[in-house]
Amino acid sequence: MHQIAAINDFVVKFANVNGSGSASANGLFAKSIIRSGVPVAARNIFPSNIQGLPTWYEVRITEAGKLGRRGGVDLMVAMNPQTWDRDVAEIEPGGYLFYDSTKPLPPEKFRTDITVVGVPLTAICNAKYVLPRERQLFKNIVYVGALAALIGIDLKVIEDALSEQFAAKPKLIGANHEALHMGADYVKANLKPLGLQVRKSDQVGDRIFLEGNSAAALGAVYGGATVCAWYPITPSTSLAEAFMGFCDDYRTDPDGKARFAIVQAEDEIASIGIVVGAGWNGARAFTCTSGPGISLMTEFIGLSYFAEIPAVIFDVQRGGPSTGMPTRTQQADLLCAAYAGHGDTKHPLLFPMDPRECFEFGALSFDLADRLQTTIFVMLDLDMGMNEWLCEPLAWDDSKNLDRGKVMTYADLEAGRDFGRYLDVDGDGIPYRTYPATHPTKGAYFTRGTSRNPYARYSEEGSVYVDNMQRLLRKFETAKTLIPAPLTIKAKQATNDGVIYFGSTAPAMHEALEVLETKGICLDAMRVRGFPFSDEVMDFIANHNRVFVIEQNRDGQLRSMLINEGQIDPMKLPSIRHYDGTPITARFIVSEISNLMGAPATRIPEAAE
Amino acid sequence: MTYIAKPKFAHPNLKPNSLGYTRRDYEGSVSTLCAGCGHDSISSAIIQAVFELEIPPHKIAKMSGIGCSSKTPDYMMGASHGFNTVHGRMPSVLTGANLANKDLVYLGISGDGDSASIGLGQFAHSVRRGVNMTYIVENNGVYGLTKGQFSATSDKGSKSKGGEINHDAGIDLVGLALQLGATFVARSFSGDKAQLVPLVKAALLHKGPAFIDCISPCVQFNNHNGSTKSYDYVREHNEAVNRMDVIVPRNPIHVDYEPGETKTVTQHDGSILSLHKLAEHYDPSDRVAALAFLSAKAALGEIVTGLLFVDPASQDLHDGLNTVDTPLNELHDKELIPGAKVLEALNASLR
Ligand SMILES: Cc1ncc(C[n+]2csc(CCOP(=O)(O)OP(=O)(O)O)c2C)c(N)n1
Ligand code: SF4
Ligand SMILES: [Mg+2]
Repeated sequence: MHQIAAINDFVVKFANVNGSGSASANGLFAKSIIRSGVPVAARNIFPSNIQGLPTWYEVRITEAGKLGRRGGVDLMVAMNPQTWDRDVAEIEPGGYLFYDSTKPLPPEKFRTDITVVGVPLTAICNAKYVLPRERQLFKNIVYVGALAALIGIDLKVIEDALSEQFAAKPKLIGANHEALHMGADYVKANLKPLGLQVRKSDQVGDRIFLEGNSAAALGAVYGGATVCAWYPITPSTSLAEAFMGFCDDYRTDPDGKARFAIVQAEDEIASIGIVVGAGWNGARAFTCTSGPGISLMTEFIGLSYFAEIPAVIFDVQRGGPSTGMPTRTQQADLLCAAYAGHGDTKHPLLFPMDPRECFEFGALSFDLADRLQTTIFVMLDLDMGMNEWLCEPLAWDDSKNLDRGKVMTYADLEAGRDFGRYLDVDGDGIPYRTYPATHPTKGAYFTRGTSRNPYARYSEEGSVYVDNMQRLLRKFETAKTLIPAPLTIKAKQATNDGVIYFGSTAPAMHEALEVLETKGICLDAMRVRGFPFSDEVMDFIANHNRVFVIEQNRDGQLRSMLINEGQIDPMKLPSIRHYDGTPITARFIVSEISNLMGAPATRIPEAAE
Repeated sequence: MTYIAKPKFAHPNLKPNSLGYTRRDYEGSVSTLCAGCGHDSISSAIIQAVFELEIPPHKIAKMSGIGCSSKTPDYMMGASHGFNTVHGRMPSVLTGANLANKDLVYLGISGDGDSASIGLGQFAHSVRRGVNMTYIVENNGVYGLTKGQFSATSDKGSKSKGGEINHDAGIDLVGLALQLGATFVARSFSGDKAQLVPLVKAALLHKGPAFIDCISPCVQFNNHNGSTKSYDYVREHNEAVNRMDVIVPRNPIHVDYEPGETKTVTQHDGSILSLHKLAEHYDPSDRVAALAFLSAKAALGEIVTGLLFVDPASQDLHDGLNTVDTPLNELHDKELIPGAKVLEALNASLR
């Protein structure tokens, strides 16, 4: 029988029962491989409940650093009887099945084209432990030990990781080491190593392993956010929780006093209301949420746009519409975020591609919010938000100051500077503001969602209204110059075809580009990093005959925005969409692009267009 | 409607307070409300209270929702920053503003529609959260701005101008505020300045959520027979539990009370509320008794006014969050950004 043989390039998937304590064991497995110098892309696939339902953890071991989801499974660690059949079916021919062989299973439960590896985990644990909870928890460590022996992970690396993990409870260190060895010893005595092997390497470099939500929360700390108001919703909750943790560590005075205020609000409307109030009063404030929360916040986002109040929203996108697939990933809130609010509104969006950019853009968003005096969205998604990703280390330039934007001070007012809250003095569409209580007699104004003149006085005069709306458009033009610029990867050969992608699609896209190149398909690739789109984006489209737009939603939302904002001929932008809730893969992109390239060419735009 | 700037002329008789501000300095633009609207009387009481308390106008942040009532912040304290937010959501915006700068005086003005209908949730949560604010509901029992629909505080059985009967139970915001943990709860009547001005003063000096339900007849849509929020009805059914004076700590304390009829309450900042008892046995320091008294009087069709409850040792949201003394909006980069070194250590822990 064929057996897959691979070194540092295969996929292991763990099938577990939610709440069984497997998550930390699985994380330990991934971390040990990273510490062996081999890059890893790991993803949780979990249900929307706390205990009992199936959950999976997929680890792609990839010396070449392909951090997108690959698809397919080479080694299935089948620990959940409930999902046994589909788990077994998912294994690639020639692949491996690891299972708990304590209870015999009938032959029809297996496949003949895979290698079956049984370890009597339950029996081993029952012989050693008495308490049911211990049996359960240590079983996870026992299988990590067994797997390590099967695929060649250095046990010392795992031992060290366990020692760090239990540094605060030293008693547990020895017990965990013992469990680890029990698994490894069984394998050494009874089984042979698999064709899948981990070899020590040096491909990880100084990269770090971190969740996007944590990184974004840290970005908020570095961006100077002091007020956070939020309402729990998957997959954004861990962002607020991480912010609490970082603030406890880095923003607490020796006497215990907090240089921050975090409020768990009663709903998302109150969350954004608190953010708007704090922003109005000169503090940097944010909320984090997901699609349903954005829907609720919409009226306030419109107020922030029209009354020009800084706010930051981290939208960790999940599968919509409605409650949709709350624990699956998508990039499907683009339109609802970009144009949130009634009337003519539009808002800047930032598209980080990994935790490192979650941090960078997280911090930047507060400068942008103050500079542009409007709501800035940072668009994460569940895939990058809730999974630890390998990414470049975080960096900060200590010489950099926070940009508070155009704020008129007491001295400015004293010096007799003309203050009109909605007056465009510099031609960039951005007016000056004052913080409340700046000056006893000057600089006060009344903030409202109703139309007003440049001096903030109520007016429904048509021309006054139109001038203001035009100024807001000018401000949006200015935003184009402040949003992180797109990044382009040029094909090795000149080509008339391009591809545009963003966010968590990046790793899969980068891998796909390499694969396509080996197939002779050359594409220039542009990663857009924010909205409004800069001229560079429109030039890129203009300079190619055809530009594929890759995204993780049903309707091609980014494509719609490109068409809408750039007056682009839709025929020029073939759409590739992946929206089943799993992260997009290189395999999918390659196959879709190959198909479309093979298909009759799309209409070439005529000169007159 | 366009903005009308109030003509500025110095009246020779305007006596400045000790900060040098005259009462005129606490006024705002000219009201655009209907002549006789109760809301204008409340504005005038607020102006008087702030003037008498000698709060510099710019140290006040005026917040409101949407409605005729919510327009009034524009008609007072023109040198204060104001924020006319969205319908029913003033409490959250005020909360955020307060978190950003604990040093300002936060005045939230709302309507019964704004607070008891669309904004009931935000009203409740801002109160239970202990936000340091004066929250005034200008309660006319109708939606004034949208032309006279019943609001959630309209009493069951009351009649609209068109003769329609309200079948829904009315919400009593005072009872709610008591249950939710407000540390200052009062009710008053726009037509009773003598009672209202000291109440507003006491509320402004109070630390924590101070709530005043102020009945404020809508002359346009709710001042007819059959309305329980009309001038006549309220005058006839008003049961005042007390009258009060407020003595600010910086003034020499002289109280003209008659022993046996007066109860004094010292608030956190040292201000003294001197309550002249009208109703027998009324004790404003007992939350449970206040609720019982309120229900008993409501059953008799009486509207209890006055200071119903005060907890002089109240705490606020900032106490709960243990925030630094410096307002958060004044913290500098150094106090906010942990810096590159911290990041290096953090990176190391993530490998
Ligand atoms: C979201 C939303 N829904 C509806 C309205 C329309 N609206 C404006 S004011 C108002 C009612 C105001 O009633 P109240 O708060 O009692 O104020 P009053 O005018 O009586 O002082 C309504 C329904 C609105 N502005 N926003
Ligand atoms: S409609 Fe009623 S509440 Fe509105 S301004 Fe007129 S009297 Fe006042
Ligand atoms: Mg009303």
